[in-house]
Amino acid sequence: MSHDEGKGAKAHHPTPLLDQLETGPWPSFVTGLKRLRDSGDKQYAPMMNDLLGQLEHSYENRLGYWKGGTVSVYGYGGGVIPRFSEVADKFPASKEFHTLRVQPPAGYHYSTDVLRQLCDIWERHGSGLIAFHGQSGDIMFQGCTTENVQKAFDELNEIGFDLGGAGPAMRTSMSCVGHARCEMSCYDEVKAHRTVLNEFLDEMHRPALPYKFKFKFSGCGNDCVNAIHRADFAVIGTWRDDMKVNQEEVKKYVAKQGRKYTIDHVIAMCPTRALSLNDDDTLDVDNKSCVRCMHCLNVMNKALAPGDDRGASILIGGKRALKIGDLMGTMIIPFIKLDTDEDYEKLVALARRMIDFFADNALEHERIGETIDRIGLPAFLEAMEIEPDPNMVNHPRTSCYVRTDDFTDEAEKYFERKAREAGLDVAAD
Amino acid sequence: MNATPQLRRPDETGVPDPFPYMHPKLRENYGNWAWHDRPRPGVLHHVSKSGDEVWTVRAGTQRQMDVYTIRLLADIADKFAEGHVRFTTRSNIEFMVSSFAKVQPLIDALQSNGFPVGGTGNSVSMISHTQGWLHCDIPGTDASGVVKSLMDMMHHEFVVEEMPNRVRITTSCCQINCGGQGDISINVQYTKPPKINHDLVSKVCERPAVVARCPVAAIRPAMVNGVPSLEVDEKKCVCCGACYPPCPPMQINGADSTKIAIWVGGKHSNARSKPTFHKLVVANLPNNAPRWPEVEDVVRKILYAYKENGRDFERLGEWIERIGWPRFFELCGFAFTKHHLDTWTGARKTMNMSAHVHF
Repeated sequence: MSHDEGKGAKAHHPTPLLDQLETGPWPSFVTGLKRLRDSGDKQYAPMMNDLLGQLEHSYENRLGYWKGGTVSVYGYGGGVIPRFSEVADKFPASKEFHTLRVQPPAGYHYSTDVLRQLCDIWERHGSGLIAFHGQSGDIMFQGCTTENVQKAFDELNEIGFDLGGAGPAMRTSMSCVGHARCEMSCYDEVKAHRTVLNEFLDEMHRPALPYKFKFKFSGCGNDCVNAIHRADFAVIGTWRDDMKVNQEEVKKYVAKQGRKYTIDHVIAMCPTRALSLNDDDTLDVDNKSCVRCMHCLNVMNKALAPGDDRGASILIGGKRALKIGDLMGTMIIPFIKLDTDEDYEKLVALARRMIDFFADNALEHERIGETIDRIGLPAFLEAMEIEPDPNMVNHPRTSCYVRTDDFTDEAEKYFERKAREAGLDVAAD
Repeated sequence: MNATPQLRRPDETGVPDPFPYMHPKLRENYGNWAWHDRPRPGVLHHVSKSGDEVWTVRAGTQRQMDVYTIRLLADIADKFAEGHVRFTTRSNIEFMVSSFAKVQPLIDALQSNGFPVGGTGNSVSMISHTQGWLHCDIPGTDASGVVKSLMDMMHHEFVVEEMPNRVRITTSCCQINCGGQGDISINVQYTKPPKINHDLVSKVCERPAVVARCPVAAIRPAMVNGVPSLEVDEKKCVCCGACYPPCPPMQINGADSTKIAIWVGGKHSNARSKPTFHKLVVANLPNNAPRWPEVEDVVRKILYAYKENGRDFERLGEWIERIGWPRFFELCGFAFTKHHLDTWTGARKTMNMSAHVHF
């Protein structure tokens, strides 16, 4: 195709509404789309002209014009989001505009070399438009013909990238920057993310679960990847021993910020009143009351740090509104150690038990949080072989509608368990 | 014999190993960081227990990037940084450098190419958002356009750190709310029951699955004009749009009936208070492309009421907890209506079960 044919074959669709999104200080996605449209020597230029035409049509009518369908790559069932235009008669070059969801490196690290390789592949086979990243965590290669999906995937796969999840499947995961650049990080997020997710690639690539299942990995309670709200299985870093206090740095902080400021903004903001400022401007911490919320560590960053006995809490069942209403993940495992390979194997084994339970027991289109609501937490814990723990609740039940004739047996089991944890002899053994 | 094209079997590699792509200073100090500070908005300074230091410059992007923009960012990373970048969960890009002397030239290069430097600490970070008309099959609006409009308005608050605490804003193009919870959330809110194309329902929808999808049991099978279809009890319908994805002939979007609602007080972090869901404050705003001025106006009111009245480290929802909802509605000039009273499962637990009253 000559340069003239590429450019002149079809006039640009006018985009008076989208043009208004090219002003102002924030980078404009419309300007980016136009750069692709104006790349007359590139295979995607006609597609992006019609894509802009369809988008302008949406802005005019305030309606979307894409429908789904079935597109995949050889050997997989999911990972491609098919999009066929409902207005292809007006905008034929973008009649197929599929997205490839591609798993990013854990922690979203890229070298410029690999970014350029991704661009080159997408320039050859796709639209030239890439989103870093989608809300599940994928790199989204947006805009591909049905014919080119396989070609694009093959090249991405050759350089070490794999498709992510879509539909009723294991979904792509996210992990925070963590160990790579954060002093709050309480476990190796990259290792957890890769060890767990790579165990479930079959569930990701060949959707056969009742509905989606998401893991997210945050290194501390600041939860920078929003795991508690958004993940079925949230792994949140924490520690069991005392937080570390550098009293000289505490004094420096107080000297710099003032005593009143420190009391108002650090001491008084502690949710469990675990902090007290001493008369000599050192800090008292009641570690048994501390809930590892992270506030004082965030504020007095140089003075305070997580303890040495680190690991993670696991919260299960976070999701948004569909169908029974919003659910946050709830505490299921207050602490799991994540140091050795065996610790990570235990994490994978727990995840495997949970996925198997989900696959066997959830109703169609039911998230695991909804399953727990439907069957009750005691039944879920029994299936998972997890013992009840007071960290799982805000407070014990307030409703008297419960049958308690085996209460004494259950209490006995609790005391035996505690004795075993303490290394004592148990009569029943 | 016809040669069938040989299809390549996928190499199921899963999550890519980030270490080959990671900045060497981050790789060398993996799991060994000691503390950090912020020398200026948009810049993080991390110090390792080994004494190594790394500076990170954070810049905003449009998220949906053309290859030219990505290559430009890569060129900047090669020339002014050290060839390695990472993205945050909110689509900001971060450049790591091993000397402070490289920070200012890098900032200059980013700014002169139109990338705002900021989004750190107590600033307004980039809005996390969804696909919209550009690519989604069920969108009520175009998140990219809403976000561009709002980030233009809030540009100053991205490049400085002047808020009481960080502000995390989200947008979503339908009530599924892929954008998630936020200090401020700008979400599509449908206002009319679905319009049903009865000719198509039995051809493209699995009817029992659609019936099962409805959260209020308002959908039932019906014969309409002699063909099997579905009907909606419009008195029960809460206009959530849950039936639309499994059954596109149940069109939930309308040029005028798709509205925008604003929610506040969502919080992911466990710092101080436990994580919270966002709460409704304003509904029924027009879906006014291409610039959504009515949405911008409401967001601006919330943002600046918080900026003027919040105390250091209070997140938006924590600020409202302290001053009370009556004061919040008064400060922002919003109406409090019957629609703010929750009616869903667990609604009673959202009511004030005490004699605590704000005057």
